[in-house]
Amino acid sequence: MTVPEAAAGAAATTEDAAPLLSLRGINKSFGAVHVLQDVDFDAYAGQVTALVGDNGAGKSTLIKGIAGSQPFDSGEYVFDGHAVTVTNPKHANELGIEVVYQDLALCDNLDIVDNLFLGREVTKNGILDEATMERRAQETLAGLSVRTVKSIRQVVASLSGGQRQTVAIARAVIWNSKLVVLDEPTAALGVAQTEQVLRLVRQLADNGLAVVLISHNLNDVFQVADRISVLYLGRMAAQMKTKDVKSNQVVEVITTGRSDAIGGITNGNGELK
Amino acid sequence: MSTPTKVEATEPATQPTPPAGNPIVGAIGDWWAKVRGGDAGSLPATLGIIVLVIVFASLRPNTFTNAFNFANLIHQAAAVIVIAMGLVFVLLLGEIDLSAGYAAGTAAATMGIVVTRWGWSWPLGILTCLVTGAVVGLLIGLLVAKLGIPSFVVTLAAFLALQGVLLKFIGEGGTIPIRDETLRAINNNDMPVWLGWVMYALVVGGYAAIVLRRGAKRRAGGLSYEAVQVTLAKIVSLAVLLGLVTYWLSIERSRNAAVTSIKGVPIVVAVLLVLLVGLTFLLTKTSFGRHVYAVGGNAEAARRAGINVAMVKLACFMIGSTLAAVGGIMLASRDNSISPSTGGASTLLYAVGAAVIGGTSLFGGKGRIVDAILGGFVIAIIINGMGLLNQPSSVVYMVTGLVLLVAASVDAISRRRARSTGRV
Repeated sequence: MTVPEAAAGAAATTEDAAPLLSLRGINKSFGAVHVLQDVDFDAYAGQVTALVGDNGAGKSTLIKGIAGSQPFDSGEYVFDGHAVTVTNPKHANELGIEVVYQDLALCDNLDIVDNLFLGREVTKNGILDEATMERRAQETLAGLSVRTVKSIRQVVASLSGGQRQTVAIARAVIWNSKLVVLDEPTAALGVAQTEQVLRLVRQLADNGLAVVLISHNLNDVFQVADRISVLYLGRMAAQMKTKDVKSNQVVEVITTGRSDAIGGITNGNGELK
Repeated sequence: MSTPTKVEATEPATQPTPPAGNPIVGAIGDWWAKVRGGDAGSLPATLGIIVLVIVFASLRPNTFTNAFNFANLIHQAAAVIVIAMGLVFVLLLGEIDLSAGYAAGTAAATMGIVVTRWGWSWPLGILTCLVTGAVVGLLIGLLVAKLGIPSFVVTLAAFLALQGVLLKFIGEGGTIPIRDETLRAINNNDMPVWLGWVMYALVVGGYAAIVLRRGAKRRAGGLSYEAVQVTLAKIVSLAVLLGLVTYWLSIERSRNAAVTSIKGVPIVVAVLLVLLVGLTFLLTKTSFGRHVYAVGGNAEAARRAGINVAMVKLACFMIGSTLAAVGGIMLASRDNSISPSTGGASTLLYAVGAAVIGGTSLFGGKGRIVDAILGGFVIAIIINGMGLLNQPSSVVYMVTGLVLLVAASVDAISRRRARSTGRV
């Protein structure tokens, strides 16, 4: 049972290629509060990495650091093989990192195409190029296997919660992004719509993107995630593969920061013995 | 607009849908569904115009419907319409500009001072007027967008302050006459009859070219498109309507044609058309316009999308006050003078009323430039018709207030309806 992940990886298949995003020894403090302490975190292209943890564990701080809206104090940030310093959201977007926040930040009075291109409209001679935008919107939605919207010229206000989530996610991937961070995408959705969004999350990874999924719902996590990373009180308690663990073990790590049963397969911060 | 024809619920939106059944009936059905869903568009204003015209025409058949009064109506409406166009930008943000009326008066006063008192040429006078408007808008915009003071408070303060500035410029009890022929002509004179028809041909031809080309392009690009029959029906309707208007304005309306001949489309109509086309283009075809709607719909979403919200607000207040200045030129031209009450009294409320009656929402994010024109005519018809009925000002004010209230109620109700049916 005590096989370090490096060794386990050798036995595994190509899915253990170098991570797209690799964080090492991340620290972040707000005044005297040390929110993130020496956190390591990896996300792989073509895989869904779930980031779980109790409230206050540091999930939001971690993604805000990845997104550049609240840069880390110290630590190594390696993206796509290069050490980078992400200090603002724009920089993160340029690298190909997009975050879909829980409040989706869509304009209800605009239609789907308008929202997908908001702030980055395609223009020709200074005039909005609606035809190009509409085509690209169609392609993006088709690429995500979205078939539930009636017309992409519908105003967003007329969409269901799941459809709105779909639009928000589509907006994140329309610019050929490489890493998409989803903050609680199913939090406010019913059963059928949750299914729909989870399928979409899976589709993103299958399309080759690295997906980081923040969720409180372990059913969702076990349904779509390839890997699970557990934050506990600002430390990375465990990073594991979904197939190696069971739900109750993950719950134990979330609540206590450790689990004897899976102690061997974590490679958190080396805190667990 | 580019409303796609009926799409079956199960079909992905990617296919251009060939119109099923009679496309015109289908288009009307779609439109009615939109209205029922709370997006009434220009329906209330159009209905209002029709009802008011019928009422006044039956009460005062000789005076209300003649060509002379119709041209008069346009002159009366012009200033309110232009100020309302400016207010559309501010209302789209969900803000308000209470100072627009006195901004118009103050800007017109600066024009009067430089032209009449200092002897500058009329183009310089107009430029001075527009710059004054822009500066007023800049100050308001800075206070609202950068300092974060509610626009209601800032523009209420500006309303009072500009009233004082206007009084200071003109002097107690005085007026500034406008003697320049060109400035007087703007909102008093007419184009030659032939020029009116040339303009008619340009407008109808231009509209047809734009909508047909857009339809063809969308069809070629594999996007959903409006049925050709519907497009043609729209073009024909516009051609007939504007043709009637142009014809009506082209007949002799002087009581004594031998002395002075009065006929032709008023010059101010050309100004209104240029503003309508230019500003509609700005709002619907440029990134800036898209950002205006986005800020009005959800400012936080706009900010996160990388839009400079403060700049958009600043620009809208500047556009609003600059257009108010244009309205001021029209007021001054119409009266041949500027007095301390130019742009005062009910000018502002008429302009706000015009925008709201036309269909621009007080809650932000919804509105069009054409709303200002439709709503402006509703207001002008009420004032004009009540005048012909010899109603005292008290009644005119009460009726106008009531109409504004009705328009605001329609706005609020359609918004609630839109919430419940999922439209905005």
